[in-house]
Amino acid sequence: MEGSGPTPPADPAITQPKLGFVGMLRFFWRQLTSMRTAIVLLLLLAVAAVPGSMWPQRSSDPNGVIQFFANNPTLAPVLDRIQLFDVYTSAWFSAIYILLFISLIGCVLPRTMHHLRALRTKPPRTPARLERLAAFRTVTVDPSELAAGADAAAAIEAARTQLRASGYRVAVFQGAKDLSVSAERGYLRETGNLVFHTALIGVLVAVGLGGGFGYTGQKVVVEGQSFVNVKGSYDSFTPGRFFTDSELQPYRLTLDTFTVTYEEQSIRAYGQPIDYNAKVTTWLPGGKGADATIKVNEPLEFGGTQLYLLGNGYAPTITVRDGKGNIAFTASVPFLPQDANLTSTGVVRAPDAVPEQLAFRGFFYPTAAQLPSGALTSIHPDLRNPVLTLFAYSGDLGLNSGVPQNVYALDPKGLTQIAGGDSGVAPLELRPGETVKLPNGLGSVTFDSASPNAAAGDWSNSVPRFVSLDVHHDPAQGWVLLFAVLAVLGLLSSLFIPRRRVWVKAVEQKNGSLRLEYAGLARGEDPGLDATVEAIATRHSSGLKA
Amino acid sequence: MSETYASYALVVIYSAMAVYVLAFVFFTLDLAKRSAESPRAVAGSATARESAAAVAASEAGTAASPVGRGGVGTLERESGPAAESGSGGRRMERIAFALTALAWVLHVAGAVLRGLADGHVPWSNMFEFSLVSSGIVVGVFLFLQFWQNLRFLGTYIAGFALIVLGVGTVNFYVPVTPLPPALQSYWLVIHVFVATLGTAFFGVGAGLSIVQLLQTRREADGLARLNFLGTMPTAERLENLAYRVIVVGFVFWTFTLIAGSIWAERAWGRYWGWDTKEVWTFIIWVLFAGYIHARATRGWRGTRSAWLALIGFGAVAFNYTIVNLFFKGLHVYSGL
Ligand code: HEM
Repeated sequence: MEGSGPTPPADPAITQPKLGFVGMLRFFWRQLTSMRTAIVLLLLLAVAAVPGSMWPQRSSDPNGVIQFFANNPTLAPVLDRIQLFDVYTSAWFSAIYILLFISLIGCVLPRTMHHLRALRTKPPRTPARLERLAAFRTVTVDPSELAAGADAAAAIEAARTQLRASGYRVAVFQGAKDLSVSAERGYLRETGNLVFHTALIGVLVAVGLGGGFGYTGQKVVVEGQSFVNVKGSYDSFTPGRFFTDSELQPYRLTLDTFTVTYEEQSIRAYGQPIDYNAKVTTWLPGGKGADATIKVNEPLEFGGTQLYLLGNGYAPTITVRDGKGNIAFTASVPFLPQDANLTSTGVVRAPDAVPEQLAFRGFFYPTAAQLPSGALTSIHPDLRNPVLTLFAYSGDLGLNSGVPQNVYALDPKGLTQIAGGDSGVAPLELRPGETVKLPNGLGSVTFDSASPNAAAGDWSNSVPRFVSLDVHHDPAQGWVLLFAVLAVLGLLSSLFIPRRRVWVKAVEQKNGSLRLEYAGLARGEDPGLDATVEAIATRHSSGLKA
Repeated sequence: MSETYASYALVVIYSAMAVYVLAFVFFTLDLAKRSAESPRAVAGSATARESAAAVAASEAGTAASPVGRGGVGTLERESGPAAESGSGGRRMERIAFALTALAWVLHVAGAVLRGLADGHVPWSNMFEFSLVSSGIVVGVFLFLQFWQNLRFLGTYIAGFALIVLGVGTVNFYVPVTPLPPALQSYWLVIHVFVATLGTAFFGVGAGLSIVQLLQTRREADGLARLNFLGTMPTAERLENLAYRVIVVGFVFWTFTLIAGSIWAERAWGRYWGWDTKEVWTFIIWVLFAGYIHARATRGWRGTRSAWLALIGFGAVAFNYTIVNLFFKGLHVYSGL
């Protein structure tokens, strides 16, 4: 322990020398960067990752967390205190991986220095007794067999050339009675190991920076509508810690069509979607429009972002006329799918209607069918029998109160229900192209058809669809991939390139014959060593024979 | 058409299982025979460590040991085991091995038929996954024989294949269904296939580690009951074999991790999101990284690292069973 102070121990029972502050630091550093610590930290990391798969995580499943809190009101806060819903950003998980990476750096740096030095030093001196090595061969060539001019010096020169050509670094040593060449190869093994470990640090840093400077956002776009990449136009937007608005490129994008192909052959999967295809037109600022497509496994790379197709559904076009016959509302309203057959719900608010403000809560069934109970349901996700049903309300919508309202939900408190529910009037029921009057002369509602000229019974394009786009910007993504690839390459070379030393020694015997010794030594497991030494010996010794 | 292929596939798979049962029986008979004939041959082959270590020690400080990370510079010689008493005498084993190969051909045929029925690679639900993963485990076992004689693991491998195939076919059988859009990707093909290869190598490695642990016990106190071990390689050699097999598995697993991230990036818009399956892929990777470090660390080699290999493979098995079935996440297999 070189950091120990000179102070003699006062108590003879204390056998360890006192360390002092610097010595202590050095001691901890040495402990932290020891291989044993690395193992323990790795195993700890594995164990610490487990709870994240047992409890829902805010990062990947926020609704699951809410659900868990609702189901376990006493347990959940306790678990939350120890960050079990944020395992991968928790103090304890972070502590483990930060320690691990400090250990890793403390491990890689000195090894890199050492390796750089090793790369410049000669292979080590030939051991005196080669026969003690694991792989050993000896060949004695009689003077009669020797090629002309083949003496120890020539033999060693030949061995040197041969080993050099096979990628060994070589050095010749003159012994008391012998001449030898010492050769070593496989430095790439250690290089690979260092590249691997360094690349892991690279991955961690790139992931951190990418998350910090990037952003993600979601936006619902209806067929025919546009989206502009500025913060205000997103439905939800999550910037990274170091995000600034300059990361956003203000491009524009129009959803031209969105088509879904459904399974028609297999009875078991009948109606299951087998392909989504969003055709879009994109504009860079000041540029011309360009066509592009977005599919489920094929995001669109555009304007420094990736756009993913995450969800989709129908956006019935609804027009509301008020009691005076004026249009109080007209738009395609995204309805949120509730099941695989796209039974969807949505809300329409018409605050401009007079004499009373109007609101609607509705269900949309792309292929409506009646359940035995009389209620409607959708039995196929495509448009085969589209029906919209609406509950209608009148009264003060409270839009001026300043409280933000969820566009997908309607709180009927304070409103008068005028159709559906307990109002005594049946819910409004419409097909594309139909209009129904509201009770009490409050106006009318139209379910506009997007294909008014289609043949009777062909509903296939009667209702626009919407897509929900996920927009990502991660400036370091390419770096993460680069480091990951480097890690694999480093791993491959460090695991599969053998590191070997080989020695060839030539001793001129008294009787004029030449005794050649060949030996090899490997680091780590090297099943091919023996065969290698054998091959070197055969090739070299036969080259010396006449 | 596809229905016909699917039913042929089932017939072939059941035949494969029948042959695996036979192979299992013969491998077990061979173990019994090994017990009976076991000489104290094992002592003779325990010469793996040669004096090379002494030479290495005399040169420590040169390139052999980077900064003295304990044990990195350990030197070993591969000595042929020669522990197989009379290699001609393993008739039961030869029969069992031939049966395994036959069963495997049927097994592969079953998987191919199923793939034809599906119209895509047959690994998109638990049934297909059991079918293909057990097939790859046996395939890796068979092909490893070109490198080393590992037939003494036959009972373990045939038993493993039987259990996986049996449970998969009986409990998880689903008819042919088309792939949902999220699974239509060549990354699925690569990612799942490589993961399965990794699993197979980890599986064989775990088998070797089990024998290694038994052998260590036997070498220490002569577990008389497990006499058949006398005809198998020494614990140290088993450890080396396990290491080399597992390291290949580790490379595949690293690749799985990366290919999975790329696929996730394509499909879900983020390359890493700590989804349940991602978590477990990561856990397994870290466990085996721990194993590799343990193998290079004095005090962790031998029994401890063998246990780590088993824990790692345990996590793999847990991932494919419990996690697939009971944990919530994005990686929900269709039709399960
Ligand atoms: C993020 C954590 C780490 C991971 C995932 C990791 C992974 C690995 C892997 C896969 C190998 C085998 C491949 C190779 O030889 O390159 C390895 C080897 C090695 N690691 Fe790490 N490592 C980590 C941290 C560390 C730390 C902190 C140290 C230093 C104490 C370290 C020291 C070594 C050494 C010396 C080897 C060579 C072992 C041999 O030659 O067999 N590693 N590591």
